[in-house]
Amino acid sequence: MSLTNLTLTEAREALLNKKCSATELTRSFLDRMDANRDLNAYITETPDLALKQAQESDQRIAAGTARPMEGLPIGIKDLFCTKGVRTTAGSKILGNFVPRYESTVSQNLLDAGSVFLGKTNMDEFAMGSANLTSAFGPVISPWKKKGNPNQKLVPGGSSGGSAAAVAGRLALATTASDTGGSIRQPAAFTGLVGIKPTYGLCSRYGMVAFASSLDQAGPLTHTVKDAALMLQTMASYDKKDATSLNVSVPDYLASLSPNVKGLKVGIAKEYTDNLDEDAQKLLQKGIDWLTAGGATIHHVSLKTTSYALPTYYIIAPAEASSNLARYDGVRYGVRVDGKSLDELYENSRRHGFGEEVRRRIMIGTYVLSAGYYDAYYLKAQKVRKLITQDFENTFRDVDVLLTPTTPTAAFAIDETPTDPVTMYLNDIFTVTVNLAGLPGISVPSGLNQDGLPLGLQLIGPHLSEQLLFNVAAALEDAADFSTQIKSL
Amino acid sequence: MSCTMSETKNLVQGQTGLWEVVIGLEVHAQVVSKSKLFSGSSTDFGSDPNTQVSFLDAGMPGMLPVINKVCVDQAIKTGLGLNGTINDVSVFDRKNYFYADLPTGYQISQFTRPIVTGGYIDIDLEEGQTKRINLTRIHLEQDAGKSTHDLHPSFSYIDLNRAGVALMEIVSEPEIRSSAEAMAYVKKLRSILRYLGSCDGNMEQGSLRVDVNVSLRRPGAELGTRAEIKNVNSVRFLGQALEYEIVRQLEILEDGGSIVQETRLFDPGKAETRSLRSKEDAHDYRYFPDPDLRPLILAKERIQKIAEEMPELPDAKRARFMADYGLTQYDASVLVAEQETAFYYEEVVKASKEKDRRQAAKIIANWLIGDVFGAMNRENVTIQSLPFKSCHLAELVDLILDGTISGKIAKDVFSALWQSGKSPKDLVKELGLQQISDPSVIEGIIEQILTEQAQKVAEYRSGKEQLFGFFIGLIMKALQGKANPALVNEILKKKL
Repeated sequence: MSLTNLTLTEAREALLNKKCSATELTRSFLDRMDANRDLNAYITETPDLALKQAQESDQRIAAGTARPMEGLPIGIKDLFCTKGVRTTAGSKILGNFVPRYESTVSQNLLDAGSVFLGKTNMDEFAMGSANLTSAFGPVISPWKKKGNPNQKLVPGGSSGGSAAAVAGRLALATTASDTGGSIRQPAAFTGLVGIKPTYGLCSRYGMVAFASSLDQAGPLTHTVKDAALMLQTMASYDKKDATSLNVSVPDYLASLSPNVKGLKVGIAKEYTDNLDEDAQKLLQKGIDWLTAGGATIHHVSLKTTSYALPTYYIIAPAEASSNLARYDGVRYGVRVDGKSLDELYENSRRHGFGEEVRRRIMIGTYVLSAGYYDAYYLKAQKVRKLITQDFENTFRDVDVLLTPTTPTAAFAIDETPTDPVTMYLNDIFTVTVNLAGLPGISVPSGLNQDGLPLGLQLIGPHLSEQLLFNVAAALEDAADFSTQIKSL
Repeated sequence: MSCTMSETKNLVQGQTGLWEVVIGLEVHAQVVSKSKLFSGSSTDFGSDPNTQVSFLDAGMPGMLPVINKVCVDQAIKTGLGLNGTINDVSVFDRKNYFYADLPTGYQISQFTRPIVTGGYIDIDLEEGQTKRINLTRIHLEQDAGKSTHDLHPSFSYIDLNRAGVALMEIVSEPEIRSSAEAMAYVKKLRSILRYLGSCDGNMEQGSLRVDVNVSLRRPGAELGTRAEIKNVNSVRFLGQALEYEIVRQLEILEDGGSIVQETRLFDPGKAETRSLRSKEDAHDYRYFPDPDLRPLILAKERIQKIAEEMPELPDAKRARFMADYGLTQYDASVLVAEQETAFYYEEVVKASKEKDRRQAAKIIANWLIGDVFGAMNRENVTIQSLPFKSCHLAELVDLILDGTISGKIAKDVFSALWQSGKSPKDLVKELGLQQISDPSVIEGIIEQILTEQAQKVAEYRSGKEQLFGFFIGLIMKALQGKANPALVNEILKKKL
């Protein structure tokens, strides 16, 4: 068996049992990255750094001082600032930016001994649902439609590079970030596990901001176990982030137990009406699996759901318009000079930002403008509060909610909707969780008629990550997705 | 100038009638703290450009603000010192605008929910009058960096040392009615802030900057359109800027014109204001709550603890000086204007061994305000760096009060004290300045002089009484001015 076919936790076992060395493992991934450049999963590869880290890991393993993720090669979404390694956020405007500091999330992973293979591709400033807005070109999903092997599929976005890297076995796992579904939607599109934790569980320090009140880091992995290991390593209370939660991070992996007996599972009307046939079938399977495990199903209603998408597309661009003001060509990044300061701004930003980013800056600027603020931003904040309350009320009656992660499976690059609003509909099942600051996990649960993966999403109350991992593990066991893939 | 100020009602007389001046001040006071409002960078003034800059201050990607507790405590202290209400919940907002010395493209400030609401300052006007000026609010915000445009023909230089330094914006109600009141307001505010230690009040270094909103209206009418004069950095300039601006607006209004709402700059060189930008060019700041910061929640205990540690403020101190030491309001006001002066004054009073404390305190006040301040001005010395010990000033006053030296001789001793820093007692001995109070010595000299001046004595006795001063002069000269004047008077009268 090829080393790159191992899961993260399997590779950890293999290293600790000296079945292979960290250097061998890392080389296998570097070779695969070389051979699969066409996926465009990485913006920056760091083979030298990776081999150096792997060497140190081998010494530690030999010395018996291995850390929790010792020698495990992973990819870092190019949104996390990495000291001395170019960090672009998928944008031309940061095309030459090399941070002099390390994000807390990547620092935690380094401290745990992981090996960094490179920086993964992403939608520009995490704005996109198909990884088509990256200034470094689209990412191609390693998945192919049955009977149409030449059609290029999107891996989802914005963490498309992170998803393709794991699905294509160019990394054991990757970091990702989720502002409106950017972890869960690519996870669903590429047959991976992806969790967006409770807002504040992972520090945002050193993570290039898109929409500060919604952004959360999380992992993309092959299995629930892998996700548990990644998240417990990434998460930490951080004094450098005022919105970081001052809670201790549990050992999710050690406590993982796929037991759903007595679990109250909510099925929300608003997430299940008008589903297409594939999604409907998948949801029913999920219900059946959980019921078979002893869970009970409760039909609930979250009446604010239909307002979530418009609310999200007011709040996220509003924050982004302000967060992205710093990219002005004055101190770092791309600079295109002009005759005046205003011209310098206009030239640098016009040249440095892509169309989708410019669109969202415009929307965000508009909704915050004098005369429009009350009608848009303020109203959106009020609706956001109602959405949060809606979830709180629902979680008095049920333990978790089960929904499809996305309305459809991955689409082809050439079928991509050109209308931005149609594109935004991709996030319809995922944005609610970000608005409410709740954790959500996507678990690969089956294949559609075209042989493409579909994901089921579990949503839980504040800080219910352990519960989500446990229920996700039950779904994972029942779906037996890895066997389904092997039969392809 | 075509206007005169009405002393009593603060109205301006124009050719078409009376006008009322309406002034509101926004004072930006730099918070005294070692590090900036949201970053750990130092706030040292005068460091080399761009040496006190963290990644956050430079607006680097992914950097996050974390509130500096010291700055919050200083704002609480200031709010309490200015009689405001400390809000247990306040919110930091982003004020968005592009400028080269604003690295993040937004200033973190407080818009809808400031840390302090209300409050007031009692300002001191001429002839001991006071007037209460209410405050609207005090909020915390970040300072921007500094742009320099005249070092290079086509580039501007940016120094980010100041970027992110904490400021308190202290906003008055539009209750100020003249440039004199505006100046008194800033002086009083500066004094209180310095007492509190929340702002060093150094206007030259930009630690205290004033934005002035000014408009004119007919007495009792609705508020007129205002102009804002930005960044006035001295009390004198504030007065000049207002004098100019009031006349400018008056002339426009009297000619039937209307005031344009705009931002103006004061040019100290020409002592005039000029337009910077009109309302049409005004920024739309797109304020919204900063999602990187949670609302600032203050526990009652925290506010209580700061309240318990409040220093005595100038008004209270002045009242106490007047009551305890019998000082005049004027003297007390002069002594309390700077906390260091007040401290020094009381140190000297405490060091005095004179039994009649009130009398000693009064004479010490006279000496401090007169000779000491005079010498300080002449020699360019501050109260903290006087060339003699405070107890020696007390000793000097004690020597006057116990009759060892006369007030006149004391001035010589003070000069020697300033030069040498030696104890006045020693100086009196060393220089032989001790007052001659021995009646036999004085009597001997008087007899000798009266014998020598038999002619004048005869003239005096025949009614030419103005000769008394002539004899005093001769006696004092003979005794090198050291004789006890009262004793000389007494004995001379007897002998004549």
